[in-house]
Amino acid sequence: MACFLVPTTEAIVTGIVTKAVKEKEKGAQAAEQNTTADEAQGSIGKVTFSTKLGWLSRMLWGGSALLAFEHVWHGEVAPYFPFLTAAETAEGARTMLHEMATTGVSMAVLVTLVWAGMVSVYNALEKKEGEAGEKA
Amino acid sequence: MTLLITVFAAIVSTLVWYLSEKARKLHIGTLVLMYWGAALMWMCDAVFEYAELRDAYFTPAAEDMINDGFLGFSVVALGLVIWIAIVMIKDPSHVLKVGSKAA
Repeated sequence: MACFLVPTTEAIVTGIVTKAVKEKEKGAQAAEQNTTADEAQGSIGKVTFSTKLGWLSRMLWGGSALLAFEHVWHGEVAPYFPFLTAAETAEGARTMLHEMATTGVSMAVLVTLVWAGMVSVYNALEKKEGEAGEKA
Repeated sequence: MTLLITVFAAIVSTLVWYLSEKARKLHIGTLVLMYWGAALMWMCDAVFEYAELRDAYFTPAAEDMINDGFLGFSVVALGLVIWIAIVMIKDPSHVLKVGSKAA
């Protein structure tokens, strides 16, 4: 009905957070340029947190876009107000909100959990590589 | 059916991302994340639908299956169109740059 609106909202929030983190990282990078060359070299090649947030953003935007297409296919999204056919009646709106609260929230949570797993695995690999580099 | 087709699209695109450096340069990672995002979302939808329909979930009507199949392939096509648009906009191989050799 409108479950895709929950991950879409999360995608918007993630986009804003990514932008803010990127700005912060730029500032930190500029400060790092004042440190010694060796220290600066250590950070090269590391995937920044904003890049990792970008993975989540792309999963959420992509998934929401494809799901929105499915809703258009099934005639649940209309090009006129209120844009969602379920919102035309009070009963339909109630069902829609229930679906958003259950299916929609579960979708957003599952995608975020999978992303958290991806980031954890990546961080572990990065750490392992760093330790191997230190030993060599 | 839509979920199944999207999962297969996600698996194939992931394999292409892993095996081809050229594909990675063409931002195929975005396509991979897009398909996996959609597959996870439809997986959730399927769980809720199964909770409601139980056994009937696995015995859909032929007409519904055909419609879902068409939808699945359309979703894969839409994903590819979005990816092509990203590649054209970012132009990582500088093919669309004015004055390039390809032009």
